[in-house]
Amino acid sequence: MNIVVCVKYVPDATADRQFESDNTVDRVGVDGLLSELDEYAVEQSLQIKEKAEGDDVTVTALCVGPEKAVDAVRKALQMGADKAVHVTDEAIAGSDYVATSLVLAKAVEKIGAEEKVDLVVCGMASTDASGSVVPAMLAERLGLPQVTLASVIETQGDQVRIKRDGDTATEVIGGTMPLVLSVTDQSGEARYPSFKGIMAAKKKPMETWSLSDLGVEAEQVGLSVAWTEVEETTARPPRTAGEIVTDEDGSGATALTEFLASKKFI
Amino acid sequence: MSEVLVLIDHVEGAVRKPTYELLTIAKRLGEPSAVFIGPADQAAEATVKVKKYGAEKVYVVDDAPLKGYLVAPKAEALQQLAEKSSPAVILIPSTAEGKEIAGRLAIKLESGLITDAVDVQEGPVTTQSVFAGNYTVTAKVTKGTPIITVKPNSAAPEESEGAGTVEEFSPTISDAAKTAQIVASQPRKATGRPELTEAAIVVSGGRGTGGDFEPIEGLADALGAAVGASRAAVDSGWMPHSFQVGQTGKTVSPQLYVANGISGAIQHRAGMQTSKTIVAVNKDEEAPIFELVDFGVVGDLHKVLPAATEEINKRKG
Ligand SMILES: Cc1cc2nc3c(=O)[nH]c(=O)nc-3n(C[C@H](O)[C@H](O)[C@H](O)COP(=O)(O)OP(=O)(O)OC[C@H]3O[C@@H](n4cnc5c(N)ncnc54)[C@H](O)[C@@H]3O)c2cc1C
Ligand SMILES: Nc1ncnc2c1ncn2[C@@H]1O[C@H](COP(=O)(O)O)[C@@H](O)[C@H]1O
Repeated sequence: MNIVVCVKYVPDATADRQFESDNTVDRVGVDGLLSELDEYAVEQSLQIKEKAEGDDVTVTALCVGPEKAVDAVRKALQMGADKAVHVTDEAIAGSDYVATSLVLAKAVEKIGAEEKVDLVVCGMASTDASGSVVPAMLAERLGLPQVTLASVIETQGDQVRIKRDGDTATEVIGGTMPLVLSVTDQSGEARYPSFKGIMAAKKKPMETWSLSDLGVEAEQVGLSVAWTEVEETTARPPRTAGEIVTDEDGSGATALTEFLASKKFI
Repeated sequence: MSEVLVLIDHVEGAVRKPTYELLTIAKRLGEPSAVFIGPADQAAEATVKVKKYGAEKVYVVDDAPLKGYLVAPKAEALQQLAEKSSPAVILIPSTAEGKEIAGRLAIKLESGLITDAVDVQEGPVTTQSVFAGNYTVTAKVTKGTPIITVKPNSAAPEESEGAGTVEEFSPTISDAAKTAQIVASQPRKATGRPELTEAAIVVSGGRGTGGDFEPIEGLADALGAAVGASRAAVDSGWMPHSFQVGQTGKTVSPQLYVANGISGAIQHRAGMQTSKTIVAVNKDEEAPIFELVDFGVVGDLHKVLPAATEEINKRKG
């Protein structure tokens, strides 16, 4: 079985995330890392591999991002992915979902040209954009079904079954490979790279592709051709400091009630 | 005036409130046409509702041939409808399903997509809240038919009678779209409380509850609020995931958010930072949640909440 797991390099959420003067996300000035939500995707890919025992399963980590994104790719290898593909090209900077999904789709096709890809595994959302749309777009571009937002994943042969905690119902969803799968942070703790894993990662194959390797023209991606345009980014004004009281013998409850009443919530 | 397609969000024909918000927004942008995808026998009920909020047309797509096949057939249906009606804008609720439909549709129509808008004005120019609510971004679509997914509470629904002319539409669904399938479905149990993302007031509990949500639920009921939880409370198994507020849970933007025993991690803030008024009860005066609050009580939630609940209930008489 051939699994491609899509991992994104994102600005650290706990750092001071910013925009560049051209309104694109600052992906260089702010420390970046492998999106935590994509660690779950790597974990589930590895679990599918481990459960398949006798079967030969290859897990390839795929990342589209700036040069520094190699850190994210390396982390996926350290966790246990077998090999990695990093697509990086000046022209990709500022791409929106549409262009990102195009590059990802072309890369999956190229990986699949050697050995057919059975599963494309994604995280539930990227921690910076949070769009949760790339998996659907990728499925559309690859002409594949999508089985998304899985909290429990089971595979048997070419059958995939997942559990999803939906908005209005809990569902069991089934599909036949090849397909696009996305997993949530409810799917189970992701492993930390072990010392052995960190050492092994150094010897694992990692390829770096540019747009021309994928047959994508620079004019098809990047900021200038994005199908959407940011007009303005504004930092949210800091909230004005509120009133803080310390509870002593019930005074907190009274003050809280007074406050809620003054705002007409009661 | 051009049509603006609004995909109706409904459960078994019962229209969900964000649909009315989308119709209200649609009126600013053109002539609202609601799209109902569901069982034909539930369409009448939905039509009556959307007509009240300005739907001039209601396209009814009987989902019998596509039921259970998730989003791919719905995206095909909308594509064909868009090709037929050449809408100015397509508005879709920002639910998990809505965003996936929108993603596929954008590729099919070669059109730009904006997700999670919290406001849409003429243009259309959208407003989004990004980086855990630390930034506000305005944007517009520059290619094709703008496809915009809109978050709950993005507009105050305004009643205005539309013609509500029903037009049946039968899309051609490809076999390829009918591959992934819902095998089983268990509807969520009704809690009797308001829907988390739609509620005007949300009362949440975190690890500081120690697993006892009674004080949280007590205060919620006194205020007519929905109950929320932090991921720590969900991961501990105290509350189901559907109650989680934050980056990987629900985003809420109520008039009042009361955080109890919640430290205020960035991922939690991402789901509640845009609330109008924020109140916290936490026994640690250094807790980061206090940086956000309009009013805070440093104290034990197990004492403060039951006492406050009692006082509120007394005041209400
Ligand atoms: C990728 C990712 C996604 C995440 N998504 C989410 C998300 O969607 N939502 C979310 O909430 N978190 C999310 N998290 C987790 C987040 O980082 C925090 O770990 C989590 O929010 C902490 O929950 P908490 O505030 O309840 O617990 P803690 O941080 O442990 O805080 C508990 C608080 O309770 C107070 N307390 C204790 N006892 C009492 C008492 N008796 N009375 C009053 N106060 C008391 C303490 O002082 C403390 O401030 C995510 C993390 C990651 C990495
Ligand atoms: N640049 C990228 N490189 C690799 N994978 C990506 C990239 N962007 C998005 N993805 C994948 O798509 C998922 C959803 O992303 P998004 O739609 O941006 O929220 C992520 O969790 C990743 O698995």
